[in-house]
Amino acid sequence: MTAAAAAMIRLEGIVRCFRMGDQEVRALDGIDLAIGAGEYLSVMGPSGSGKSTLLNVLGLLDRPDAGRYILDGADVAALSEPAQAQVRRNRIGFVFQSFHLVPRLTAFENIELPLTLEGIAPAERRARVEAALEAIGLTDRAHHKSNELSGGQRQRVAIARATILQPAVLLADEPTGNLDHRIGAEVVALLEDLHRRGTTLIVVTHDRELGARAKRHIAMRDGKIVGDER
Amino acid sequence: MTLRDTLALSLASVASTRTRSLLIVLAMALGVGAVVVLTALGEGARRYVVDQFASLGTNLVIVLPGRAETSGGVMGAVLGQTPRDLTLDDARAIGQLPGVRRYAPLNVGTAELASGGRLREVAVLGGNAELLPIRHMALARGRFTADAGQIVLGRVIAQEFFADGDAVGQRVRLGDRRFRVSGVLSEQGESMGFNTDEVVIVPVEDAQALFNTETLFRILIEADSRAAIEPVKRATTRLLTLRHDGEEDVTVITQDAVLATFDRILGALTLAVAGIAAISLAVAGILVMNVMLVAVTQRTAEIGLLKAIGAPSAAVRRLFFAEALWLSLAGGAFGFLIGQLGSWGIRLAYPALPAWPPVWASAAGIATALATGVLASLLPAGRAARLDPVRALSGK
Repeated sequence: MTAAAAAMIRLEGIVRCFRMGDQEVRALDGIDLAIGAGEYLSVMGPSGSGKSTLLNVLGLLDRPDAGRYILDGADVAALSEPAQAQVRRNRIGFVFQSFHLVPRLTAFENIELPLTLEGIAPAERRARVEAALEAIGLTDRAHHKSNELSGGQRQRVAIARATILQPAVLLADEPTGNLDHRIGAEVVALLEDLHRRGTTLIVVTHDRELGARAKRHIAMRDGKIVGDER
Repeated sequence: MTLRDTLALSLASVASTRTRSLLIVLAMALGVGAVVVLTALGEGARRYVVDQFASLGTNLVIVLPGRAETSGGVMGAVLGQTPRDLTLDDARAIGQLPGVRRYAPLNVGTAELASGGRLREVAVLGGNAELLPIRHMALARGRFTADAGQIVLGRVIAQEFFADGDAVGQRVRLGDRRFRVSGVLSEQGESMGFNTDEVVIVPVEDAQALFNTETLFRILIEADSRAAIEPVKRATTRLLTLRHDGEEDVTVITQDAVLATFDRILGALTLAVAGIAAISLAVAGILVMNVMLVAVTQRTAEIGLLKAIGAPSAAVRRLFFAEALWLSLAGGAFGFLIGQLGSWGIRLAYPALPAWPPVWASAAGIATALATGVLASLLPAGRAARLDPVRALSGK
């Protein structure tokens, strides 16, 4: 069995185009990429190089115009919308630069959301959220809304929410972009801890220092992968 | 996501935008309240008229001189444009018909009542002894056998003329004729705009002599039972046609028919006002739609996030749908309360008006609120469900 065949994620000839007025922009221009289970990748490149689009395609938030996306042996790009939603729920976690916490919900409720969507019973939800809050050291902030939390605390809540259903892949889009250096380092430590426990971690970033921490570095330009170093 | 979680999440969302939600609920509630109060008013007016009619008598058949067709409508008959008059003999003949419990010939007019130096114009009813039971009038004192020279005074008249003592047995002059008071009516109040507290009742023959006429204004017939009303009506028409040389020149109406007509008219009126009030509900529905469309725009990022963490479009649609349901439900319930309170207020202010909102109106008001709210949510909920998660996450 080759390395590519054993890969958890396999992109084959992925193309994603956008129309900008009269022009067609190829945000992803024939991407081939294989990512094994438990890898730690950084995706870097200048603005408009297609790295965020790649992350959206990997996270099933965006459908490619051409190509195949194999996740755990199944072509997930071809799945129906509800089926893709289920894959997102169970296999993929997202961490965003701007945290994307629901402002009217508390930290506890934000972390609980994926469990609610999955239809898990309230008692089990409570136990799992309490454990997650303890793991990120925010038990005492459980019932504070997002505007009562610091940036670092918000990102830790977002990470807890992204990982509460123990996804195989964690996609992080500039996870430290809105945080100062010290808090950013704490968040990176938390993400790397998850990676050490087996989660595949894909980080999209401009930050060279953060990108350098990954074990595999993908460089992108004009919708193409121009570098892949381990 | 379970139904319970959908309802709980949407309720939390509605509660988080308190002022906005309260305003929508208020708009909905006013619409529902208006439907309930206005139908209560309409229904109250209907019942009031029906009760007034019922107070005129039971199983009543009324004979008017003149045909509606030959004299240009019932008003023509009322004004006496008749080819042939009703007579006392007609009335007596009707009294012999099967199914007739009692009958009363009726003459009306006005005359001057005088006694002990007092003088006033009064309405005069001429009838027989059966007039009182047919018209559900009761005597407070004395009796009325319709013997010549007897007069019964309305309560107010008796008080005015004989404030110090018992009126029964006293002598009075009505027009140019002398009468002895045989009874005083108990308090009746107004009935169909006719105040029976201010009338006097004399035997029909005396009334005819007083007004110098041989004809009758009406013949009132009380049928044995409700079932007998129609046969009595038909028999009366047949009898009077025979007695009037084969010409059908009287109008026979039944209290039931008049009642049914009023019932229909006022029922239609109630529906009409309810319909007008329902328009305000439709306006509230549009308000719900507008507010929810704004909510979808404001919560674009949240919707994007829900999709990113695995909510299918259907779950997002259900969430917004449930929010509209909560708002409509609260609006409907609150409106029901406003309606009940409003109707209670009307009954308090106008005790004569039985302004009880009909059950169907409350149910229809709440159901319309739910339906408009839910319908109004379809567009915003659909829009939320269709949002592209990538664009939504960027707040676009």
